[in-house]
Amino acid sequence: MTDRTTTIDDRRARSRPETGTGDAKTGDAEIGTEQVSYLRAGHTLRSWLLTTDHKRIAILYLISVTIFFFIGGAAAALLRVDLLTPEGDLLTNEGYNRAFTLHGVIMVWFFLIPSIPNTFGNFLIPLMIGARDLAFPRLNLISWYIYILGGLFTVVVLITGGVDTGWTFYTPLSSMFSNGNVVLAATAVFIVGFSSILTGLNFIVTVHKLRCPGMTWGRLPLFVWSHYATALILVLATPVLSITLALIAAERVFGLGVFDPALGGDPLLYQHLFWFYSHPAVYIMVLPALGVVSELIAAAARKPVFGYRFVAGSSIAIAIIGFLVWGHHMFVAGQSMYASAVFSFLSLVVAVPSGIKVYNWTATLYKGHISLDPPFLFAMGFIGLFVVGGLTGLILAMLAVDVHVHDTYFVVAHFHYIMVGGTVSAYFGALHFWWPKMIGRRTSVVWGRLSAVLIFLGFNLTFFPQFILGYLGMPRRYHVYAPEFQVLHVMSSAGAGILAVAYLLPFTYLFYSMRYGAPAGPNPVGATGLEWTVPSPPPKHNFATLPVVTGPPYDYEIEHEEAGKAGGGRKGKARTTRRDRADDQGRPTRQAKTAPGEEWQ
Amino acid sequence: MTDRRVDLRDPYARPHQQHSADMMGMFVFLASEIMLFGGLFAVIFVMRRLHPAEVVAASMRLHLWIGGLNTLVLLTSSLMVALAVHTARARRRHAAAGWSAAAALLGIVFLAIKTYEYSIEAARGLLPAVSVPTRFSGPVEHLFMNAYLIATGLHAVHVTIGVLLLAWMALRLRRGMLPLPGRIVTVEVTALYWHLVDVIWVFLYPVLYLAR
Ligand code: HEM
Ligand SMILES: [Cu+2]
Repeated sequence: MTDRTTTIDDRRARSRPETGTGDAKTGDAEIGTEQVSYLRAGHTLRSWLLTTDHKRIAILYLISVTIFFFIGGAAAALLRVDLLTPEGDLLTNEGYNRAFTLHGVIMVWFFLIPSIPNTFGNFLIPLMIGARDLAFPRLNLISWYIYILGGLFTVVVLITGGVDTGWTFYTPLSSMFSNGNVVLAATAVFIVGFSSILTGLNFIVTVHKLRCPGMTWGRLPLFVWSHYATALILVLATPVLSITLALIAAERVFGLGVFDPALGGDPLLYQHLFWFYSHPAVYIMVLPALGVVSELIAAAARKPVFGYRFVAGSSIAIAIIGFLVWGHHMFVAGQSMYASAVFSFLSLVVAVPSGIKVYNWTATLYKGHISLDPPFLFAMGFIGLFVVGGLTGLILAMLAVDVHVHDTYFVVAHFHYIMVGGTVSAYFGALHFWWPKMIGRRTSVVWGRLSAVLIFLGFNLTFFPQFILGYLGMPRRYHVYAPEFQVLHVMSSAGAGILAVAYLLPFTYLFYSMRYGAPAGPNPVGATGLEWTVPSPPPKHNFATLPVVTGPPYDYEIEHEEAGKAGGGRKGKARTTRRDRADDQGRPTRQAKTAPGEEWQ
Repeated sequence: MTDRRVDLRDPYARPHQQHSADMMGMFVFLASEIMLFGGLFAVIFVMRRLHPAEVVAASMRLHLWIGGLNTLVLLTSSLMVALAVHTARARRRHAAAGWSAAAALLGIVFLAIKTYEYSIEAARGLLPAVSVPTRFSGPVEHLFMNAYLIATGLHAVHVTIGVLLLAWMALRLRRGMLPLPGRIVTVEVTALYWHLVDVIWVFLYPVLYLAR
């Protein structure tokens, strides 16, 4: 199926953001046969399960990641219900341990790590850099199968009773005392790690080798930059986790002793190896989210990203420094005081690049013409929660303070703010922003706004009380607690209820829009970027002729001047057609928001 | 690089682009392999730091010369793989097939020697999980032999994979199923993998056997 005739010579020079391929109203129907959308390029199950199209694989990931999100969410609901009372009368001690372990394992390895890279990265990176696919399409499919295999192992673990070690598999609990399925669970994580490595490898090579002419490193979308940084971590850190898990399994099966002091080993070594992966892993979870938010903010502000180079560079800086701070998880584990001091210092340094991003987003939004559409609201929610999570990370990184709140609910709140508040918000933002591109249909703005707000409120109600709980001394991983903590726990559980509804909501109206949504047209959001120059949904081979990039990224200047004009329609009084939204150069300007519910006609 | 027989795969427009992407993919993969073994090296170094004297004593019980012989075997095979690439580049596919078959053969020799070494250790009660009864001088020696078994075992798994790859490549080269220079990248990538297996051994050998 390769289009071998396309060479540099016969590529039409195109400047971006040239849009309007075909009439938006008819979607992809009017475009020639070779432009059949990727969704229609085959209807059999086989054509999906054996596809090498990065967009279809992205959809496969989207479906499977969503399923794991709900399994992990169900475990979380169980925990929160159990914590309503101080006695812990719903679950046994053992049952509680197993529930939070499965929650952690599934959420971290089967949702947070693959969610944004494997769905949106897969879908968007080739489109954004002007490539026909990822560098190794078959490898991409294989890594989905590996992911599913790991998932099946996890499900087996779940059915056969689960694990009780926590997602960190700390020794000696995991290697000697646990009576759960540690080996099977470690195998599951080991397998899914391979999937991560292969995806990271694919991304790195793709970004290096498949950029279209003119797409220089200085013109890469920030989304691509952050995925590139993520991929570096995936490739370099995940193997360390793999070997650590293999050692745990060996320790358990035939008494290896590497982590057992009685046999001459060192239990701290486990923590070093584990956190050498797992601290960078938190950046695997959050860097793609930062990339998403950069795109959302630029599109919402209709301005070039302030300090593009710094935002791009900060992703790489985070990736690099992220490798040097793992020891902050071990302040009270008995490592040397000097090591702790160094790790403490380095951890404070890692906040600088994150801070750069937040400041530059703010500067980008300054004087931007912003409309409160769902992706923007999700992005704002992200920033708020990310800042709280990041600042409390700084608090934890300070040696003296951490001794007080270590292993309390304060830590639980910290990482949920970053991972759930941050990454999951960004994931939903991405889902709303690129949904029209992926599906070719638009979805409800009103419902989108509602769920963005509900997620933000529900989230804060769930996790803010946990900061207080932790500060007051409630340890993590306990389900029988002192009665004076109950009020805060009940608040938290109530928030979790709201959150559950708020997370379920998008799946209903997004699903609904697949059938009933209005056709999106190539660029419903009026954003720049190559992905918006192809029809929605994109054709199987993305670009009929490979594009040539001639300008800088986020080239919003023109729209910026025109924004006043388009802004009038946003109030909902004018029902502009899509043609009206294009300025005289044929570029779509800011899409006017239509009346509530209209998108579903 | 404008040979018509180049088999262009999907996302690529030019042979050169595809070739350099394949090579880079392999290098990235090798980097992750190095990190995998890096974890094991970290384990071995920590052991040495915690128990310097005992680890050295344990290391003394390994068979320096058998390990040395194996190093020689692997280095030779690496040379043959390099020759395979060289001849493949010159489109001499039969020669290339011969060299990669020879390299695969040396890989098997390596595995055979390794198995012999394991069997001696097992007989002396020094191989964890296999020896009955075990006769370790103490927990540290047990631990050291565990690490030794895991590290060399993981390496042997890599050697086995490499042997299979080389043998398969030799077969395909012989039968003309790998058109040259169109699929030269297959030869180069396999060779890279074999060199890595070799290099890892070159580090494992001193860390386990020599640092006594
Ligand atoms: C950027 C995204 C981040 C994510 C996803 C994240 C995630 C996490 C997670 C999952 C834990 C709990 C680990 C466990 O189960 O024991 C944790 C703990 C911790 N985090 Fe973060 N974190 C992030 C950023 C930061 C930053 C920027 C800092 C410091 C500057 C930081 C400092 C800490 C410290 C010191 C702990 C250990 C607290 C303790 O156990 O006492 N984190 N984080
Ligand atoms: Cu950390």
